[in-house]
Amino acid sequence: MAKTIYQKIWDAHLVAEPEEQDAIVYIDRHYVHEVTSPQAFEGLRLSDRKVRRPELTYATMDHNIPTTKRTGPIADPLSRAQVETLAGNCADFGIACFDMDDQRNGIVHVVGPELGLTLPGMTIVCGDSHTSTHGAFGALAHGIGTSEVEHVLATQTLLQKPSKTMEVRLNGAIQPGVTAKDIVLAIIGRIGTSGGTGYVIEYTGDAIRAMSMEARMTICNMTIEAGARAGLISPDETTFAYLENRPYLPQDKPFDALKEEWRAWASDPGCAYDTVVEIDVDAVEPQVTWGTSPEMVTGISGQTPMLDAEADENKRLAYEKALQYMGLAPGTPITEIAVDKVFIGSCTNGRIEDLREAAHVLKGHAIAPTIKQALLVPGSQQVKRQAEAEGLDRIFIDAGFEWREAGCSMCLAMNDDRLEPGDRCAATSNRNFEGRQGKGGRTHLVSPAMAAAAAVTGRFCDVRSWDYK
Amino acid sequence: MKAFTEHTGVVAPLEAMHVDTDQIIPKQFLKRIERTGYGDVLFYDWRYLDDGTTPNPDFELNRGRYKNASILLAQDNFGCGSSREHAPWALSDYGFRSILAPSFADIFYNNCFNNGLLPITLPGDVVNALFTEVRAQEGYALTVKLAEQEIVKPDGGVITFDIHPFLKQRLLHGWDQIGLTLQHEDKITAYEQAHGIA
Repeated sequence: MAKTIYQKIWDAHLVAEPEEQDAIVYIDRHYVHEVTSPQAFEGLRLSDRKVRRPELTYATMDHNIPTTKRTGPIADPLSRAQVETLAGNCADFGIACFDMDDQRNGIVHVVGPELGLTLPGMTIVCGDSHTSTHGAFGALAHGIGTSEVEHVLATQTLLQKPSKTMEVRLNGAIQPGVTAKDIVLAIIGRIGTSGGTGYVIEYTGDAIRAMSMEARMTICNMTIEAGARAGLISPDETTFAYLENRPYLPQDKPFDALKEEWRAWASDPGCAYDTVVEIDVDAVEPQVTWGTSPEMVTGISGQTPMLDAEADENKRLAYEKALQYMGLAPGTPITEIAVDKVFIGSCTNGRIEDLREAAHVLKGHAIAPTIKQALLVPGSQQVKRQAEAEGLDRIFIDAGFEWREAGCSMCLAMNDDRLEPGDRCAATSNRNFEGRQGKGGRTHLVSPAMAAAAAVTGRFCDVRSWDYK
Repeated sequence: MKAFTEHTGVVAPLEAMHVDTDQIIPKQFLKRIERTGYGDVLFYDWRYLDDGTTPNPDFELNRGRYKNASILLAQDNFGCGSSREHAPWALSDYGFRSILAPSFADIFYNNCFNNGLLPITLPGDVVNALFTEVRAQEGYALTVKLAEQEIVKPDGGVITFDIHPFLKQRLLHGWDQIGLTLQHEDKITAYEQAHGIA
């Protein structure tokens, strides 16, 4: 019978199906960061348990770390304690840790793929909801809570119920100036932030096949914003080309043999899904969120909603509250919204292709005098080095951006990079929740190209008609 | 883990869709390395004025009548966003034992069961009716009976709910997941041997 990639990975990782319990599923790769792991390691110590497979676990510090020059210890004592706790736990339990000064350091969801630690057919978990990113490689990957982190450390397995499957088929070709970020925002706008609850989404169609790995990661990354814990894309030649020569690939087999193994994970022709959603990507224009949930999104030619047009009372209330928080009137054209700050980075859009896309827009331009701050935070130190080798750092700096060290930074503002109350920000990150980038801050989610264009013009504009220099 | 069998408590309404885990517990409180002590900062940005200590009079949960509430009435997609288990830690630490909503985000829902917190999914119209009743009657309390899968209202009316049998058993007995899994350690070892993981 024809199987989906989800069914294949699920079947291959079943350890046991005890009666009247959830299935026990084996975990191939466990990523760990400093924020959601200390209580898990503490739990292991309290119950005198060990890490069952430390060699399958990799840790990196990303949420708390400064993105300014890392010459001394972290100034914030709480952030410093959390980072030091992770280093200590990794040393005690024998886990590889890419600490702040390691050249492999960066955001966990950027580092794993670029090192070749994320591979097709794997089960991957991390105490972080954006673990869905790794699904771009055809790995079943999702976020877990800290109790589950402890469970995986102790048993290298997770208790799981099978998910329903949703195919999101992307038909047609993406217009120039429109990116994977716009596509995924449009998908979330269509199905809503709870549209994927209970599902694993598999993305298919011509538009997915034409996408780079970076673009696919952006799509899978934001799958959690549609409510689905995991997004999946069947591996193909694009996947294999990305992985070739990555430093952590398995060494016991030639690459051609690995490729053939990986290829077998792809969904079979004619496989069935519980639900199918079709999106015509030709019609998608650059997207901008206007509210405090990623589903509150519209195209650049759109406007904020008119409240009386919404029939559902709960939704109307949510829109009203969101517009009030965002300081926007109903019916405001998106192109009339001016921004104070710009943030380019995060596990959604902090990869080399994202930086190239933004630099392409910025080249020969300068940020508007009304922009208070424009931050460029690479997703990893490797991305940073690559960008510097290509001269992208000069383009950003010449345009007026601050060129920073890697980390999660202003996506969630756990370090010192944050919005002040009332600041309006064009951000390439993934969440426009109230206060996400700093208390009282107002976040508009956009693509790197759209963020760069907004930095130059001081307001949102349609990057499809950009004056490239 | 704390078991959940039956609980009677005052109900507090939180009238908002898509309450995300950043709202339940903002990022600055994720820097702690303990599991406890998050109750005071639950819903921090909504609950306190800008000084961070004065209760916001406009936040419904701050009203005196909801002071000792232990059941939270919420709207669609409660707990969306980040996987932070700090969210159920904070709710639990504050004193909530159960949350009633039309839908929950997956990761949050799962996390609740590892912390003795019972999320109950109810039809939207039932939840909307409860909002009206809770606001109409000070001290409005519900009794949640997990074994029976029933919620008993002050007027004696009963609302039934569905829950996955395994999750129900785990909460009723307060089972430790790791302990359960390690009963099958031989199978984990066999899986590893079969897959060359040594």
